[in-house]
Amino acid sequence: MTAPGVEDGVLEQRPLTERRLHPVTPLRRAWAPVAVLIGWAVHDPDQAQRQLTRLTTTTLLIALAVLVPAAALYGFLTWWFTHFAVTDTELRIRTGLLFRRTAHIRLERIQAVDVTQPLLARVAGVAKLKLDVIGVDKKDELAFLGEDEARALRAELLARAAGFAPETAHEVGEAPSRELLRVPPRVLVVSLVLTGATWGTLAAALVVPPVLWLATDSVWTVLATGVPLLGAAGASSVGRFVGEYDWTVGESPDGLRIDHGLLDRTHETVPPGRVQTVRIVEPLLWRRRGWVRVELDVAGSSNSVLVPVAPRAVAESVVARVLPGVTVPPPSALSRPPRRAGRCRPVWWRGYGLAVSDSVFAARHGLLRRSLSLVPHAKVQSVRVAQGPWERLWRVADVKVDTGANKTVTARLRDAQEAAELLRAQAERSRTGRRDARPDRWMAP
Amino acid sequence: METGSAPDAGTAGDEPVWTGLPPRLLSMRRLLLVVWLGLLALGLGLLLGLVVEPAWAAFALLPLVLMAWGWVMLGRNWRSWRYAERADDLLISRGVLWREETVVPYGRMQLVEVTSGPVERHFRLASVQLHTAAAATDATIPGLDPAEAERLRDRLTELGEARSAGL
Repeated sequence: MTAPGVEDGVLEQRPLTERRLHPVTPLRRAWAPVAVLIGWAVHDPDQAQRQLTRLTTTTLLIALAVLVPAAALYGFLTWWFTHFAVTDTELRIRTGLLFRRTAHIRLERIQAVDVTQPLLARVAGVAKLKLDVIGVDKKDELAFLGEDEARALRAELLARAAGFAPETAHEVGEAPSRELLRVPPRVLVVSLVLTGATWGTLAAALVVPPVLWLATDSVWTVLATGVPLLGAAGASSVGRFVGEYDWTVGESPDGLRIDHGLLDRTHETVPPGRVQTVRIVEPLLWRRRGWVRVELDVAGSSNSVLVPVAPRAVAESVVARVLPGVTVPPPSALSRPPRRAGRCRPVWWRGYGLAVSDSVFAARHGLLRRSLSLVPHAKVQSVRVAQGPWERLWRVADVKVDTGANKTVTARLRDAQEAAELLRAQAERSRTGRRDARPDRWMAP
Repeated sequence: METGSAPDAGTAGDEPVWTGLPPRLLSMRRLLLVVWLGLLALGLGLLLGLVVEPAWAAFALLPLVLMAWGWVMLGRNWRSWRYAERADDLLISRGVLWREETVVPYGRMQLVEVTSGPVERHFRLASVQLHTAAAATDATIPGLDPAEAERLRDRLTELGEARSAGL
């Protein structure tokens, strides 16, 4: 952000080597016309049926003979015109057949790097490389690269982003990783069984369609509601199991490594100092076993789970790794809102809690499904106090802390005097907290 | 809130120096209110009086009542807005019934924006908007004097650069 001009001058000395994606890539694009056809058929079944009966074998063959080469050509051309190159400070992607698009991604602004392998890509031995950058709606991804090439590129990008000298960035290679946690499949299954949402969607999927059938006698209504419900039930049980299978969290100098997936493997890397908030969620049925789920927010990234299920102590040790110098406040350290807050939110006020330590702002909410959000002071973007008329009557106010991942953590219904003091103190703390935060280039001397 | 503009001596030490918004903003908002609701009352009165019955034209009084209420509300809202530049952060306080006070550290500012529409320009007003990396940070100061807006923008960017902290 400070001096881009200087680095640009250095760039010119080294010739750029532009690279292409893996030659398997065109096959991925070849699906597009077929998908369009299927979409049309589903959208308008009657019309599609009528058109189909009119077609003879010869016209079908001719259509295929035209469509398949056209799709192949399209796939080949998009592949041919997509280039990428890594410079000292940027990753440049040049793409587009008719509308050219050039993306220059500044490496020190990278929030996370993901290497994902969908099932078919695993068979073909290729992988997708995805970059999370702030303020970009569309994720820039390189799909597909050879498996080893993707790993090497990830290591190189992270090494350069970390601030290693450009000459050595190639040789640094994959940073060694130390395993912090691995979720056994049995625990994952038990945790899913003990999740209310799984049973809720399943019950809805089993109850609603028969009721509708009795009420309306219409197959289409039943199908229209039953299929999405079954889909939701499947996604929240089997889908989650498949996605969160063999969840491994590792630590390396490059940052946090998260690997997971049964069919589609995903390898995420979150560089140090990128985590904005951490949430420790404790569903009601997990409480007896002392299990928690840990979620995290990284600016510009959509993946949010850090640990799908783990005993509290293990989860807290992982959180301590993610947010250095932060200890998770025990439930006894959280202070409740004053009693009169019950007039503003009758039962739920008991679930609210707040703890502020030297390093972190922690707010809890939820009565049955407790959720404790942690924000390091160094990550606070702005602090707000909000108070409505009814809250003013009972002299309470909400304190809101905004973070860079577009998440706002709210400590609800605090005493008004306390809230005002908290506002001042929090601004001061976030200022001093930033002073000893790590730099963007975490390995730079 | 009627006495809210008086600084309360709650915090000792560096008491923030609050600045209100210029009275021209209030004039502009009231003028807009009178023009729009006046037109509405006139239109409604004419329509009802000519099409239905002259007695129905009394309904045109409704927008006028609304206007009187809005007149008072705008005044209260205008009085509630204030901001303070402190050594390391900007304070913005606003709202009568729903009060909100925002603190934005200078180091967190990504962008400072000064905007001014045609009506605002006629009244010599401009608004300053601060953007941080969090979209929820709604730090806007509406209707400042253009010179003051520009001074504030320059000062904020200068301080932001000096204390820049990234994400």
